[in-house]
Amino acid sequence: MIWQSLALYLNDHRFPRLELVAQAFTQECQTGRLPFHLTATLLRLAASFSIAMLLGCWAGIVLGRRPKLDAFFDNWLMISLNVPALVTIILCYVWFGLTEVAAIFAVVANKLPNVIVTIREGARRLDQDLLDMARCYRLSQYRTFVHIIWPQLLPYLIGATRTGLALIWKIVLLVELLGRSNGMGYQLHLFFQLFDVASLLAYTLAFVAVIQLIELILLKPLDKKSLHWRR
Amino acid sequence: MADISIAIARKSYPPANAHPERSTIADFNLSIPSGEFVCLFGPSGCGKTTLLNIIAGLDRHFDGEISIGHQRAGAIIGYVFQNPRLLPWRTVRQNIELVLSEKESSPEMVDALLASMQLTQEQHSYPERLSLGMSRRVAIIRAFVINPDLLLMDEPFVSLDGATARQARELVLDLWQQRPHTVLFVTHDLREAITLADRIVFLSAAPMRIIHDLRLPLTRTARTQENNIEAFRSQLLQDYPEIQSLL
Repeated sequence: MIWQSLALYLNDHRFPRLELVAQAFTQECQTGRLPFHLTATLLRLAASFSIAMLLGCWAGIVLGRRPKLDAFFDNWLMISLNVPALVTIILCYVWFGLTEVAAIFAVVANKLPNVIVTIREGARRLDQDLLDMARCYRLSQYRTFVHIIWPQLLPYLIGATRTGLALIWKIVLLVELLGRSNGMGYQLHLFFQLFDVASLLAYTLAFVAVIQLIELILLKPLDKKSLHWRR
Repeated sequence: MADISIAIARKSYPPANAHPERSTIADFNLSIPSGEFVCLFGPSGCGKTTLLNIIAGLDRHFDGEISIGHQRAGAIIGYVFQNPRLLPWRTVRQNIELVLSEKESSPEMVDALLASMQLTQEQHSYPERLSLGMSRRVAIIRAFVINPDLLLMDEPFVSLDGATARQARELVLDLWQQRPHTVLFVTHDLREAITLADRIVFLSAAPMRIIHDLRLPLTRTARTQENNIEAFRSQLLQDYPEIQSLL
């Protein structure tokens, strides 16, 4: 409402009216450009996200359970947490060329330290009493992991997923803007050069809607399920 | 079931945070014939839990040797910890089945144990919904269900109210009489020890050593009478005044 009245008042193409945004949206959908670029971005998101989560979980558990290793890598982890995303991306493109692998690697490198730190916290706080119980009753490593370790890590994992998703899609756009010829980031860059704010907003809204949907359909139910045993 | 021999030359905690090195157990020797119900009776903090952890193989930093039966490494040990240590994210039944390997798992046996501990109704509840007494009983089932060579129990009835504790004791005795295991039961309640044990081992404050090793002359039937236990307790305190200091 505020946007619409402001847009009407200013009557400036930099503040497009809502119907113009809607028009841009339908037009981009019809030509198939929006679905194409959206899919490209979502695929990159999925690939880099899964790699980062898998690696991060593994490294987080190892560091959380091995204090000596953790002490050694702690500083490096802190440094890598604080390297600006842009630096990693540029370095990746410089070293590996403007390729898909470089793009995904750049996103993973940005996300990984976050996952490690979160999961490490979870691994540090594993209940030693329950682990002792498992050892005394000679549970197999598989059972110990599935029944004792995994349920304790799950809340941390969901936390990492939530914050991760928010962080990672911003980085994906940046990566695309700097060195890919498809995807949301690339398109936004194009619209920026054309000063086409209506299309820019149309793309943004579509993308945010997808992210919200993932949160609603995937993450919320998972969160609920992980704590179903609570009173 | 198995004969058990415990020989601990020394167990101490290294100095930490300005606390000097602390010796908790010194020259401790105990052997337990198979099928015996032994109570370890001693003041709080004397090292009883440490002893159980050593026997269970959870604590390996000690000088000495533990042997359970002939196989040194293969003994099956059921351990009822001071806290029930149930997995809050698994139901009562899942918690019990967790410790059974797939080929051992028999639903009938779990059913029977649940019934004998009066927990059939609660088998699909999560531990957070149970009272402390119920959780303790689940932990006891978990220890019995693996049919252990040795059953360790670390004050499993502490902080239960009198009636609940009495009921739990009776249930454990019933279970033990049906399946006689070797039991090492830690307590600092003398009445409880007299009610349950074949043999009571009295322990000193840290560094822990054996003050007195007593085989109970009372028959199991005599011990169902509260006043018999009380009479035996008074007699015991008269005969061995050094026990008084442990109470």
